[in-house]
Amino acid sequence: MVTFKLNGQERSFDGDPETPLLWVLRDFEKLTGTKYGCGIAQCGACTVHMDGTTRRSCITPVSTVDGSEIVTIEGVTGKEADAVRKAWVAIDVPQCGYCQSGQIMSAVSLLQMTPKPTDADIDGAMAGNICRCATYHRIRQAIHDAADILEG
Amino acid sequence: MRRNIAFISIALCLAVNAAVVATNISFAQDKSVPEKDSLKPASAFQSISDEKQRSVALFEEAGKVIQHPRCVNCHPVGDRPLQDIAMHPHQPPVSRGEAGMGLPGMTCNTCHGAENVKVVGQAETIKSIPGNPNWHLAPIEMAWEGKTLSYICKQIKDPQRNGGKSLDGIIEHMAHDDLVGWGWSPGEGREPVPGTQKAFGELIQAWIQSGAACPS
Repeated sequence: MVTFKLNGQERSFDGDPETPLLWVLRDFEKLTGTKYGCGIAQCGACTVHMDGTTRRSCITPVSTVDGSEIVTIEGVTGKEADAVRKAWVAIDVPQCGYCQSGQIMSAVSLLQMTPKPTDADIDGAMAGNICRCATYHRIRQAIHDAADILEG
Repeated sequence: MRRNIAFISIALCLAVNAAVVATNISFAQDKSVPEKDSLKPASAFQSISDEKQRSVALFEEAGKVIQHPRCVNCHPVGDRPLQDIAMHPHQPPVSRGEAGMGLPGMTCNTCHGAENVKVVGQAETIKSIPGNPNWHLAPIEMAWEGKTLSYICKQIKDPQRNGGKSLDGIIEHMAHDDLVGWGWSPGEGREPVPGTQKAFGELIQAWIQSGAACPS
């Protein structure tokens, strides 16, 4: 039995301990905001926060999250998340949207650690989040805008 | 007639079995460890009477491990780790960041967990994501990429470039460090470094005990 905190609530899972966290989120918890992209940690669509840092849920056996705190796109809160949401909506960042929950989880994590990121900081944090629609220029702009919102 | 059929059946079975056994033997022989994948034990160098020559030979043997892509990939000369037996730049494009743990928002443990994990996606090239609780890049002063074994030898002995380790500390690190040990258990789809960590540690120990001489 694996027990962990999911978006602030205690949850448990008693299936195969090797089940990827992404499967648990989508199929058992019905939290489908986190996406399956590649299954090999190359695209970033499945990004969640695990104990305060980004984690690719597709290559995370659920056994390894025992006792951890997981936050998904459905549960991410705080001033950085609020600023990112506002900035994302303001310039219509998504195109097809499939990668966006992963992009947002990485962007929020970056801003939590680096409130005023440079272009290089953004490139470094977002390098593992691929966008097939190539909305990268808007993602970068929105992260700068979110940083400005945070600065007030 | 029935007896003849039974006899022929038995003969056929025996023939098939013999062929299977022969195939297995030939398979086993084909799988014999190539020279580059084996690691000679430290004892194999005892016959070299000149101590310095023996020491150099021991380090050259240990070099099969040290210069293996599995080790060099995380001792890059730049900020980006390497990947694969072909030693191509790491994909996704990550950077060492502080303490070799990656950058904010994209740290090593974003993907690398405490142990190797078999992937769920279908990929020709990636069968598992490597992992270790201490997954990180070697500091830049410990870069091995593109260096000669002679250079690496001097570098390993230099406390300015080996994390302040004594010679005994080097033996301990090579023989027992868990992340070093990952090289022998790199996960599905990855060629391990030659030999065993124990044999490697004994080579390093014998090298140091014979004067820690470096190849020229």
